[in-house]
Amino acid sequence: MFGFGKDDTNALTMNQPHPDSLLDTGVQGVISKPLDRVDGPKKVTGTATYAAEYAIENCAHGVLVSATKGHAKIKAIDADAVKAMPGVIDVITDYDTFIRNAQQGGETEAPTQGVRTVDYFGEIIAIVVAESFEAARDAAKQLKVEYEPLDDGAFDYEANKDKAEPAPDGLIKGHYDQGDFDKAFEGASVKVDVTYTTPSQNSAAMEPHASIAVWEDGALTLYGAYQMPTSDAQQLAKALGVSQSKVRIISRYIGGGFGSKLGIAPESVAAAIAAKQLGRPVKAVMLRQQVFDATVRRSNTEQRMRLGAEAGGRIVALGHESITSNLPDEDFFEPVGIGTHFLYAGENRRINHDVVRLNWTLSGSMRAPGEAVGMVGMECAMDELAEAIGMDPIDLRKVNDPEQDPELKVPYSSRNLTRSLEEGAKHFGWDQRQKAGQRREGDWLIGMGVAAACRSNQLQQSAAKVELHPDGSATVSSAMTDIGTGSYTIMAQIAAEILGLPVEKVTMSLGDTNDPPAAGSGGSWGAASAGSAVYLAAERVREKLAKAMGVKAEDLTLKDGMAIGDNRSVPLGELVGKDGLSAIGEIKPGQQEKQYNQASYGAHFAEVGVNVVTGEVRVRRMLGVFAAGRVLNAKTARSQCLGGMTFGIGTALTEELIHDPRTGKLVNHDLAEYHVPVNADVPQLEVHFLDERDIHANPIHAKGIGELGISGAAPAVVNAIYNATGVRVREMPVTLDKLLDHLPAL
Amino acid sequence: MHFTINGQSHDIEVDVRTSLLDLCREHLGLTGSKKGCDHGQCGACTMLVNGRRVNACLTLAVMHQDDEITTIEGLGQPGNLHPLQDAFVRHDGFQCGYCTPGQICSAVGMMDEVKKGWPSHVTEDLGAAELTVEEISERMSGNLCRCAAYPNIVDAIREVAGLGDRNPNEDVGKEVAA
Repeated sequence: MFGFGKDDTNALTMNQPHPDSLLDTGVQGVISKPLDRVDGPKKVTGTATYAAEYAIENCAHGVLVSATKGHAKIKAIDADAVKAMPGVIDVITDYDTFIRNAQQGGETEAPTQGVRTVDYFGEIIAIVVAESFEAARDAAKQLKVEYEPLDDGAFDYEANKDKAEPAPDGLIKGHYDQGDFDKAFEGASVKVDVTYTTPSQNSAAMEPHASIAVWEDGALTLYGAYQMPTSDAQQLAKALGVSQSKVRIISRYIGGGFGSKLGIAPESVAAAIAAKQLGRPVKAVMLRQQVFDATVRRSNTEQRMRLGAEAGGRIVALGHESITSNLPDEDFFEPVGIGTHFLYAGENRRINHDVVRLNWTLSGSMRAPGEAVGMVGMECAMDELAEAIGMDPIDLRKVNDPEQDPELKVPYSSRNLTRSLEEGAKHFGWDQRQKAGQRREGDWLIGMGVAAACRSNQLQQSAAKVELHPDGSATVSSAMTDIGTGSYTIMAQIAAEILGLPVEKVTMSLGDTNDPPAAGSGGSWGAASAGSAVYLAAERVREKLAKAMGVKAEDLTLKDGMAIGDNRSVPLGELVGKDGLSAIGEIKPGQQEKQYNQASYGAHFAEVGVNVVTGEVRVRRMLGVFAAGRVLNAKTARSQCLGGMTFGIGTALTEELIHDPRTGKLVNHDLAEYHVPVNADVPQLEVHFLDERDIHANPIHAKGIGELGISGAAPAVVNAIYNATGVRVREMPVTLDKLLDHLPAL
Repeated sequence: MHFTINGQSHDIEVDVRTSLLDLCREHLGLTGSKKGCDHGQCGACTMLVNGRRVNACLTLAVMHQDDEITTIEGLGQPGNLHPLQDAFVRHDGFQCGYCTPGQICSAVGMMDEVKKGWPSHVTEDLGAAELTVEEISERMSGNLCRCAAYPNIVDAIREVAGLGDRNPNEDVGKEVAA
């Protein structure tokens, strides 16, 4: 996967801290600034090209066919009847090669293949290809499929949850025990023992999954909507049984991902097989319902929280035991307790994950897997503990803010939880908060809530190339992606800062596997990983410029396209020679992530109004304070947090996928019935960043931010609902029917 | 069939089942209007038909042969942005950009609706609709944005409507010493 000419590669493995950063010594002054997105003008004019929008000659239209059984064997597909319809070219299936479900992010193998046996309602079993979308859609709808029922399907969570088994160790351990949890909990002077549930959710990115497959001389180019093209191309090659060198993925613009586009989805393989068989390009765009049914959901969770504390608030026993669901034979489990492992102190700990096997849509990563829902259990239970002790919930968190990782006993690389809580309290006016159920304005009960935010930081192997051209401009290229996160902009800013160029002089090329491989967008590692690769490439180019100037690198100043040193000032274009200069940067994780617990932190504050007549909840104000290392672009970073906080509002109040317990079918598989927050649901949110650098994380000292904003956002809203009403709802989302019976008399 | 889109005439033969959205995206190379759901649920396909905003996925092309149609491409181009497009860039009124053309077309139509005095669910005095933040949020709620740029979208529209020019950068980049 990786490996370039060593001469031009500046490689760094993070085995040591990296206290010095060229981003601190650069004088161009563009890093961290709230610059407009460099891809902005294209996006606002509709000229940015998303996967389904490439003008490909002679491209046929494919519409995917979804299974209408939850668990069955396909006996026959009556292709002939629809092939006779005008415009229809063919009905294509390959029972062995079609993928049963989407792949998880970062995997290098194919996902589970084979669709003769249908394992969940909506599984993609065929593709109808026609000269027009209209003809293909009609034929796909009319296609008759004969099934042989299988009677061993498991569709009902409640009926099957007693069959849950320990999750296999993965990103975190399936089961974890430390000290003597049972004894410590038993002996604790204050105890909370409560169960929270969250439903299945869908990323609901605005752009449906889409692939255009083009074969040429035995090689496949796939224009796809994918977050991680480098590993996606490996998955696709394995699924199709072709060499990796024969698969190229292009994902220049991606209409949102939030985890749903981490691994390849069924449309990619279907389009590729159809295009190969027909000898012409095929475009396959998932219908919105298919995105819900056949890509990936966030698992439902049931979380038993047990917190045992001393009278002063110090936690002595911390239990977080979860049950989640997934398809048979899938290793992924929702890592509900991933944040619980390091967020709070407590010597005696039990953090367990069990999985029940269901014939439901694949569960996988959705924005902040683990924290997004795990923090609902953790942070609502903390609120309950504070209430039980009679302590301010911020003080309870401060008492339990540990000096070092409570399990691994290693230091934190940087941690500003307490500071986030204090700053947030100050800006939000936390001192105005009253006891639960006290504040009323007309028909509205008003309350405030708080929750901590944490997200473990990851560095992923990534490469990027930086070229400096004779005209004084630069190009940055990498198979990294921008899914709305701002990669185009922050990578240009990093290169511009180090090379002393205005950002306009940097041309970006992302989302093409022909460029240096990168980990892509996922797990909030994108900016830090690909950004560090750009840093390293630019550092090497800078060294070459110093050599060309005849000065030491540390004596060179680069600003506004000029190299300054040795009492001379020379345009960069003159220094690079007629061929220009280039270098590749490559970053790899190392010992630093073992020697330090690396994570980002923050605090959410919410004020809600609950209508005493209807039970309707409105978020009136929300504020987040975040500490995630260096902020690379204050504008795009803030937007990331706005997005995360809004996902939190959705988790708390509206988002819920409903599975039919008879078939597993997703009943509400569209954007009218699955309720993501709309404009009127979201007030003018406030975001603050703490000034922080993490020298253990990477040379740019930045940590992930895209998922930090969602971590803790939902429980802040839920805790505010309790403060407003005195009613604890432990079943997400907090819809009005769950409040209505408990509200005070009019 | 004959169509007038962004002031340009098109004579083209298409299937009568073709939606106005698919006409633009699949037949005329106008891919600026997006397909998010094909069911009128998300607003990503919003265009202006005779100045009014419509979900182009819910209406058939054949019905619009005598209409003036404006898509995002007709509002402005890179280097020649419509004031709303420019404000969306400066206020970061988008992230992934997929809902953005629909948001902007919707905002153009919405501002005109308020100018004409059409009330909404949140209008207090039905005879005198005014463009407040609450009105903007309410009237723009047919355009989903999963990246959730909503606060910035409201600010961008607010600025273009002349409702207090909140500096797009005033509340960004505020770092507090840790």
